[in-house]
Amino acid sequence: MLRYFLKRLLSLALSLVVASLVIFLALEVVPGDPAAYMLGINAQEDTLAVLRDQLGLNGTVVERYFAWAGGMLRGDFGISYTYRTPVAEMIGERLWISLPLALYALVLSTLIAFPAGIWAASKRGSAADVTVMGVTQLGVAIPNFWFAMLMVLVFAINLRWFSAGGFVGWDAGFAAALKSLTLPAVALALPQASILARVMRSSLLDTLSEDYIRTARAKGLSRGQALWRHALRNALIPVLTIIGMQFSFLLAGAIIIENVFFLPGLGRLVFQSISARDLIVVESVVMLLVFAVIVVNFAVDMAYAVVDPRLRTRR
Amino acid sequence: MSLLSIENLSLSIHGAPILRDVSMQIEPGRILGVIGESGSGKSMTAFAAMQLLPDGSVCDGRIELNGQEVLDLGEQDLCRMRGRDVGMVFQEPMTALNPIRTIGDQVAETILIHEKVSRGAAMERAAEALRRAELPQDRFPLSRYPFELSGGQRQRVVIAMAIALRPKLLIADEPTTALDVTTQAQILDLLKRLVAEDGMGLMLISHDLAVVADLADDIVIMRKGEVVESGPADSLFRTMQHPYSKALLAASTHAPDREGAPQDVPLLQVQDVVRDYTVHMRGWWGKTTTFQAVKGVSFEIRKGESLGLVGESGCGKSTLTRAILGLEEVQGGSILLDGQPVFTGHHANRDIRRRMQVVFQDPYGSFNPRWKVGRLIAEPYHLLEQPPAGRAKARAIAEALESVGLQSEDQHKYIHEFSGGQRQRIAIARALIIKPELIILDEAVSALDVSVRAQVLDLLADLGDRFGLTYLFISHDLSVVRNVTDRVLVMKAGEIVEQGETKAVFDAPQHEYTKQLIEAAPVLPADVA
Repeated sequence: MLRYFLKRLLSLALSLVVASLVIFLALEVVPGDPAAYMLGINAQEDTLAVLRDQLGLNGTVVERYFAWAGGMLRGDFGISYTYRTPVAEMIGERLWISLPLALYALVLSTLIAFPAGIWAASKRGSAADVTVMGVTQLGVAIPNFWFAMLMVLVFAINLRWFSAGGFVGWDAGFAAALKSLTLPAVALALPQASILARVMRSSLLDTLSEDYIRTARAKGLSRGQALWRHALRNALIPVLTIIGMQFSFLLAGAIIIENVFFLPGLGRLVFQSISARDLIVVESVVMLLVFAVIVVNFAVDMAYAVVDPRLRTRR
Repeated sequence: MSLLSIENLSLSIHGAPILRDVSMQIEPGRILGVIGESGSGKSMTAFAAMQLLPDGSVCDGRIELNGQEVLDLGEQDLCRMRGRDVGMVFQEPMTALNPIRTIGDQVAETILIHEKVSRGAAMERAAEALRRAELPQDRFPLSRYPFELSGGQRQRVVIAMAIALRPKLLIADEPTTALDVTTQAQILDLLKRLVAEDGMGLMLISHDLAVVADLADDIVIMRKGEVVESGPADSLFRTMQHPYSKALLAASTHAPDREGAPQDVPLLQVQDVVRDYTVHMRGWWGKTTTFQAVKGVSFEIRKGESLGLVGESGCGKSTLTRAILGLEEVQGGSILLDGQPVFTGHHANRDIRRRMQVVFQDPYGSFNPRWKVGRLIAEPYHLLEQPPAGRAKARAIAEALESVGLQSEDQHKYIHEFSGGQRQRIAIARALIIKPELIILDEAVSALDVSVRAQVLDLLADLGDRFGLTYLFISHDLSVVRNVTDRVLVMKAGEIVEQGETKAVFDAPQHEYTKQLIEAAPVLPADVA
């Protein structure tokens, strides 16, 4: 187990290095002069020189990479060109919304998907199964911003249970903050839950048709006992994979939902800084997202090993 | 009173009749052998006794276990019965165990489900059950996972699970079909011992007449959902009347007529072939060692000869096959077909490659299900520089199909429209189409029912005579090898330990391992075989 852990950890570190190289090359080297790109074609030569100096563009490519990567390791992501504030601070603020939102949506999605998927699989072909499959089909098909607008209409405008948008901040108390994230989290969670429920169902159906389920039934376990004791854990591997992918997506893919609910999250930050050609912010946020994806994958790998003893001892 | 008494049992699944008027009895301490080909309903009879049938099943008749009418029991009572009164052992030990739970846990579960005992006590009894199944705790602790065990060892775990509560009846559905012959002999001995010790009744289901004849006290022969004949094992084979029973017995000992003696010219020459694999070992940066799957093997096949290659799983016979076919490069030695190397440089030699073809065990798995049969059969044409096209190609496809006993119209069908035996014929047609000299049969008849197997063996013998084919016949089934080969090689752990004329090797084996193999193979009583 320790060897598996250390090997995964090593692969995590290597992935990060490779990703940082790719991002650096793609954004700072390939386009030519980042300063010229940021200022546009009508820029004056002296403003360009000032910006190049600010951006630290005067060294060699290697020096610049190490300065950038080293800065990130120390938590120094540079200064945003458009906002003139440290990027680390900007990201930190946004992360306090995006991370809880993603987690909230993921928890909701799992809480909906697991029971729905297990229920549908255990009653395959029944009305329950058909219903779950039909509803999740809709959930996959309908875009989440449409759900979001619908929920704003019903719960914010008509029923007035929630506010239509904005974030009260964590200073307003945990409950209040959570409440203001509820509608966006639900909007994000519903399509994800639909996908996850379908994966859960089909994975569980696959394992239920395995020989060892028949063995378990021959021992005297009922259908339900065989499902809970033997099928479920075996069915989790594909489900964990999807959960990992969904979390990475939720962290950055919430741009539209953040816009619908006026949430100052990471998605909006990326969107704004791309429009403003603020390369420093874009670079940092992309790196952060890559970091998140890699860390989540690492966590998923660890979860695999907990579920499946074969991974702990082999390799 | 019988332990299990099945009377006039009929079963239909979603309206399709599966079993008709099946009757059989098992007495305590006795072994009932149930013989039949695939689709004969032998497994379904077993599942009916356990009431573990697919959805949509309707049973009619009587199944009385220990004086209790099974068909009247509700699901809860059935769950109480399964595992406690009846234990069951299945065909596929590799998949019959939950891969992510320890063997102790899985054996103890049988006990915990039926009795109110502590986990510790259940674990102790699980250890006892495993010991009885000959998995001693010092070598096979309860904390082992199934993937750490071999097929035979896993089957012992399944048996331990089934006998943990000392049930009155044990149902074993093809318990040794997936195992090597020496392992099969051990498992059969184990079952026999447990029956004697516990006074258990055993229903032993098998397609293999010899296995059943060796072990059973009574025998039931089934066909298409019906019992065609039954009686005591020691006399049934001599007194049986039903044409199907006779045909089955004839098929299982069938030796095809082969004409034409091999020429004294070598076709394939294998010399000192070595095949290494790199294995990653435990340790930090994955230190590697090499595993030698084939250790300096040498042999020859003469033109027109049929050579057998026998050995148990993992002995290197498949690796050797791949090397001969030029699918993998060897690390030492040479493989020559008609004097020319199979491998030149780092590439397979196509001129040589087209002169040999292979037929695998699984007829279905080796076909692309989305292609029509005509296209499947014509696949080896990619080995030719100028493959025939248009009418010539159509004629060749039709000829190949007709030579294996199928119709030329069959080329417009898909593979799923054919039975197992027909699929294997198609696989042979595919091998024949480029008129090869050597055909490698890699367990090509192992998955077939005995009567179909007899037909395919006849077909191969006939084709061999007509086209002057040379066969390399790889199998774990000694009786088949004995009947269809001129010479035989015995392989163990990457080495050929014995070779010679088939009859001589079988009649007077020299090497200890060959003796063990022949000893372990179940045989029909001498006077009926």
